[in-house]
Amino acid sequence: MRIGFFLREAVRATRRSSASSFAALATVLVTMLMLGVFIPIVQATNGAANTVRSRVEVDVYFKAGATTADEARVRRKISQIPHVKRIVFVSKLAALKQQEKTDPAAYKLLGTNPLPDTFQVVPTNPQYVLSIRDALTPTRADGKPGMIDPSVATVSDKKTDTKKILQVTKLVTITAAILTVLLVLASVLLIANTIRLSLYSRRREVEVMKLVGATDWFIRWPFVIEGVVVGAAGAALALVVLAVTKVFVLDPLASSWTLIATPKTISFVALVGVLMGAGVLVSAVGSGLSLRRFLRV
Amino acid sequence: MAISSRHKSRTRRRAVTAPVTPPRTGGAGGSKSAGRGTRSVIEFRDVSKLYAGDVGLERASFSIQRGEFVFLVGSTGSGKSTVMRLLIKELEPTDGRISVAGHDLGSIARKRVPYFRRNVGVVFQDFKLLPNRTVYDNVAYALKVTGGTRREIRAKVPDVLRLTGLSTKLHNLPTQLSGGEQQRVSIARAFVNHPPLLLADEPTGNLDPDTSIDIMRLLYRINRTGTTVLVATHDQQMVDKMRRRVLELSRGRIVRDEVAGRYTRDETTRDLAKRLRAPSKPPPGVE
Repeated sequence: MRIGFFLREAVRATRRSSASSFAALATVLVTMLMLGVFIPIVQATNGAANTVRSRVEVDVYFKAGATTADEARVRRKISQIPHVKRIVFVSKLAALKQQEKTDPAAYKLLGTNPLPDTFQVVPTNPQYVLSIRDALTPTRADGKPGMIDPSVATVSDKKTDTKKILQVTKLVTITAAILTVLLVLASVLLIANTIRLSLYSRRREVEVMKLVGATDWFIRWPFVIEGVVVGAAGAALALVVLAVTKVFVLDPLASSWTLIATPKTISFVALVGVLMGAGVLVSAVGSGLSLRRFLRV
Repeated sequence: MAISSRHKSRTRRRAVTAPVTPPRTGGAGGSKSAGRGTRSVIEFRDVSKLYAGDVGLERASFSIQRGEFVFLVGSTGSGKSTVMRLLIKELEPTDGRISVAGHDLGSIARKRVPYFRRNVGVVFQDFKLLPNRTVYDNVAYALKVTGGTRREIRAKVPDVLRLTGLSTKLHNLPTQLSGGEQQRVSIARAFVNHPPLLLADEPTGNLDPDTSIDIMRLLYRINRTGTTVLVATHDQQMVDKMRRRVLELSRGRIVRDEVAGRYTRDETTRDLAKRLRAPSKPPPGVE
């Protein structure tokens, strides 16, 4: 009976102040859309960065003309370096096969195999990556870093790759966070404004309620529910838009574009929960803001 | 410290809610528990109210007994509305003590004020009806917001509408009613909970003399059920004719407290109306 009363009052109010309710609803919709897009994107970029970071190893690339004897000599030299756990030999052919899996079309176009023979040197602990790399590139007489063996072309610890990916991830995360915070703020304020207008248009009712002895929370509930209804409606609409986009745009693309498909991202069910929760929370805060300031009962 | 204050608020709660229950369960009446020991429903003791330096009320002391019908008169700005607003704890007195229906207003916590207000029905000059609700809903609203059940509403609302003579207007909107009828609705709303005290602030201020008599008759009928009625007005003629106790305020001071003319307590509402409609100077001896 009571809950029914509150709900009826809230819906009545929403209908009466439809213009401001619509503005608040639209803002919540945009905010929730942004959240719904950003959460998977941030997760995907973070995931990519983490896989790179976990692959701590030093790669030793041979020159094109390196012989088996060269490679045996280099292997002996590497195994004398402290803290080396494992040395994995990846031949030109094996490397090509591995790369072809990720993008067969591109490597078929290439025709020849551009990849060199490689030793992947795995340290006993990630912290030794730098010392191993230094040992592989001893300083020459002229002060510049040289190579452990003339048959070695380059030595890479993937530091630069990791750095680049981490930078991109950071940028994406920060941009997403700033945009989300701004939009959440706008939503809160617009909902607060909607509730304030609703309070104003129903000040007579509030006055009567106070006179006949309605408790503070009895007066407040319809307004809180009004805000929450607007917020939940915005979130629900955003979810519909996201679902439609996923089914009709993302899923067809996923088969041809690996970045969308591969990283593990939030499941749609969890996303529904997060967005609905955020929508309701945002609107509750918004209406609470107005009620605290304008309904000193 | 925390424990003791919590304890205090619990006892206070009992004190405030207790008088509400009997009229609810008992239906009509409501006067039985109003006094709580003392017989006075309203007690002002040296009450002063200052508005930013201006005097609203100055050391006012009076008491009103259960079942009385009292007029509060005075020109605009004399403090009538201040008294009314103090009585429903919409304002806090600057100084002095007020008790209503046995509750010391100063000791009612802000949170408990709504429960206190259920003991006091209030009627205003501008009716304060909700324009988009029917007569029935306007009255039912008072029960709904104080947590009345559907059964209670179905039982009480037609009752009080019959008492106020609105049985045929249940489904009209306030805009479809005359001023007098609107004031009846507002009285019905104030009385539906059967409070021990009914306050009326200029209830006939917007009405013609004939309609005013009807409203006064209705207030008297409510008074006859045992409810204490306090009417603020500046309709001097009406006050003279009604011959009830009069409290006169002037610049925040009580300058008169007397029964205007003799009257019999058990006068019927019909007799009252007949007397009110009579020419303004009734021959002596006619009662």
